[in-house]
Amino acid sequence: MSPYRSISVIATLFLFWVVMSGFFTPFLLTMGVVSAVAILWFAHRMDVVDHEGHPIHLGRSAFSYWPWLIGEIARSALDVSRIIVDPALPISPTMVRVKTSQKTQVGQVTYANSITLTPGTISVAIAGDEILVHALTREGAQGVADGDMDRRVTAFEGLS
Amino acid sequence: MIGIDILTWFLVSAGGVFCVIGAVGMLRMPDFFTRMHAASVIDTLGAGLIIAGLILQSGFTLASLKLLILGLLIFFTSPTASHALASAALERGAEPILADEEGESSSSPR
Repeated sequence: MSPYRSISVIATLFLFWVVMSGFFTPFLLTMGVVSAVAILWFAHRMDVVDHEGHPIHLGRSAFSYWPWLIGEIARSALDVSRIIVDPALPISPTMVRVKTSQKTQVGQVTYANSITLTPGTISVAIAGDEILVHALTREGAQGVADGDMDRRVTAFEGLS
Repeated sequence: MIGIDILTWFLVSAGGVFCVIGAVGMLRMPDFFTRMHAASVIDTLGAGLIIAGLILQSGFTLASLKLLILGLLIFFTSPTASHALASAALERGAEPILADEEGESSSSPR
């Protein structure tokens, strides 16, 4: 266990406590620190304080990946909305298998979640280094198969 | 602060419109998987725009931070829930309607 990760867990939990409580009396702040330390201890006993449970190493790259992802989500949500309000309902549901190039499981989960978060595509199953994707349109499936998002997630994971 | 109010009106109304579009989509789509695509419009653009509008209203307060945390919660949990739902449906043998390899969509709206 790295001390930096433990300190970061305590800081994150304590900040969360402060935001949720909104009281700044010494007693409640002390209780917040005690709770944060207690939860860190529980988490260590459960063995979840690691690069997966608390991926601080991804913090910096998240700021370049998330804005792009949010833009992508907005664009495809508009596409799906246009399909829904179109009287002809121009859908062409497609299942496609896409290769993932991420080296870690965190990277793979990030990619699969990004696919699902983007309206019009859902990651249905993961086997080995392939994700089974259900897309609302043939163009959407093509977009995932092109692998732009895959490359960006791999870069996101590799920046650490 | 009339400018911020107008921006809030715009964001919250647009979010509401996308929620309605998502709901209409869930009714119009032909099968389980395509309905899930319609639902994802609600929890991305719908919820996102409404939360953004509410953050503008509460300004630099703890309430804004809580709204931000709410947004992050949706951002992380909704794809997980969607994936679990889709994977469970496929596991239990729900056959997705698929378009033919060539030509137009083989499905029709109900």
